[in-house]
Amino acid sequence: MNPPALNVRNLTTVFDTRGGTVTAVNDVSFSVGKGEILGLVGESGSGKSQTAYSLMNLVDRPGRITAGRIELNGHDLAGLGEEGWRRVRGRRIAMIFQDPMLTLNPVLRIDTQMIEAVQAHSGASRQQAREIARECLVKVGIASPDERLACYPHQFSGGMRQRVAIAIALIHRPEVIIADEPTTALDVTIQEQILFEMQTLARESGTALVWITHDLSVVAGLADRVAVMYAGRIVESGPAAQILAKPSHPYTAALLDSVPARNPRGVPLFQIPGAPPNLLEQADGCAFRPRCPKARAACADDIPVLTSGEAAVRCLAPHRALQEALAA
Amino acid sequence: MIPILELKTVSKRFTQKLDASTRLANLVGTPFGAKPVRQEIVQAVDKVDLRIPPGKVVGLVGESGCGKSTLGRMAVGLHAPSEGQRLWKGANLHTATQQERRQAQLKMQMIFQDPYASLNPRKRVVDIVGEAPVAHGLVQGAQKEAYVTELLAKVGLPSAVLRRYPHQFSGGQRARVGIARALAVQPELLVCDESVAALDVSIQAQVLNLFMKLRAELALTYLFISHDLSVVKHISDEVVVMYLGRVVESGPTEELFQRPLHPYSVALLRAAPELEAGKKVFRPISGEIPSPLNPPQGCHFHPRCPHAMPKCRETAPELVMVGLQRLTACHLHA
Repeated sequence: MNPPALNVRNLTTVFDTRGGTVTAVNDVSFSVGKGEILGLVGESGSGKSQTAYSLMNLVDRPGRITAGRIELNGHDLAGLGEEGWRRVRGRRIAMIFQDPMLTLNPVLRIDTQMIEAVQAHSGASRQQAREIARECLVKVGIASPDERLACYPHQFSGGMRQRVAIAIALIHRPEVIIADEPTTALDVTIQEQILFEMQTLARESGTALVWITHDLSVVAGLADRVAVMYAGRIVESGPAAQILAKPSHPYTAALLDSVPARNPRGVPLFQIPGAPPNLLEQADGCAFRPRCPKARAACADDIPVLTSGEAAVRCLAPHRALQEALAA
Repeated sequence: MIPILELKTVSKRFTQKLDASTRLANLVGTPFGAKPVRQEIVQAVDKVDLRIPPGKVVGLVGESGCGKSTLGRMAVGLHAPSEGQRLWKGANLHTATQQERRQAQLKMQMIFQDPYASLNPRKRVVDIVGEAPVAHGLVQGAQKEAYVTELLAKVGLPSAVLRRYPHQFSGGQRARVGIARALAVQPELLVCDESVAALDVSIQAQVLNLFMKLRAELALTYLFISHDLSVVKHISDEVVVMYLGRVVESGPTEELFQRPLHPYSVALLRAAPELEAGKKVFRPISGEIPSPLNPPQGCHFHPRCPHAMPKCRETAPELVMVGLQRLTACHLHA
């Protein structure tokens, strides 16, 4: 069996702050196959963006990755120095940010930036590099690419800039692309165009895609599998259709229940009681426990992950249900 | 029924004024025959009618740059319309005396998208919420604290937060402070401009519930501006769809969502991601929203419209009645 395009095991990232140590990414494990789209879902502060930065080894002080391994097509990235990471980043694993202006330099023309990105990892001549850049713009649906190459980023609309950022990510045909809320700032008709391009891309080139978002309905349309994060941990993962229709973790269920589309028009929406946890004061056990309707005393202990088929859940309630079913 | 607020054929144009050096350059002429620099004019809102019936929630949807925020700001009086009239309970606000205008103005309040940017960071909650009612003589200065405490309770905040500053709150709590401030002057109409857009799903549910609770308790009317169709669908009685400064369609919420008439509304509803759809094949409409600096002739949507006819390139369709309370501006339905 082929190894997955991206395999992450027990990734942990902490931030040392004046108030103490914050575990932003806590024992996160998942894998994405070739051509597969994984939706990584969570609310603000759940650690989904820090997971992305950790995967790219882009965590800055005071943050540090304290544990875990990252494998690209079976190739362990541990022990890669700064120079080694520079060769991997952008070539084998690429990232798309929410704000394309983080990727693009406002004072350089698009062709200058894209040629530089091509030549960073290959010995292509300027002319060849320009041709590759042009092809990538076509791939993301940019009309008249030759004229666009001569433009500056400020001459583009938000949707167009995001397309260019995606085109830059595609240049070296990376095995994995990590997209951190790339369509959150875009209008829905433009979002749909980008989702269409990304879906086609994953299917045709076999690129594995990690799509990070807070928007469950985007994930419903795009992703093959979903992983839900809460307080730095993946609390549930599995096939998208299964998780959205029959969530096992009480947090996933509550989150889905609070979406307006899941509630009849005009009646009060379901509200999750309490507030998201402060990661500084995190105790052992399940972080959702204070807000959970199914919480028991045992939830204060370490929660094992229950796996069944492709789905996995970090919660005791399904354990109990299973035991009761076996006993009956 | 007389609408609580009515906008009659209002337009708003923004003009980019030329600076002194450009004016001088235009005056003396430039070498090499360069063209003089012209003033840029954006027609943000183009002859829009809007009726907000008392007690109803009117949802205003559209993509960025469609003029929905400008329309909301005109409704509440933050922008003066370039053309058209504003009527408060049937009375024209332009011909009203200053006294009448002031009173009407107090009855409409706005809730902004970013509560952090709209709350003074150097003031405590008691002053943020309590300043306006004292200034307008609704409560005595001595009763301010008690009054604010009561308002905070209404929006679900404990009285312990009275002396806190905006930065000491979470996003959801800040949204509540913004709502309490708007309620402090006892308004009848609230204009909410993307008021839940920046909030997480679980917090968004709390704030939407609060809006619905307040509506029932205080008999409030809302103009609810949002780009999020599922939110508008949930909370609104009527929906107005805008595209590039014009209203393209309006109607009762259920009907409009079930059977959109204008090709833009159809495209917008289809593009909105749905939770129940399962993995889908995306079929995006082509093109982007044209620049409002230079909108297309005729129907603004025609360059992206799958049903565009020669007529659409020349004449802009009127907004006409096509059924009970249904209006649309499209040559297909004329």
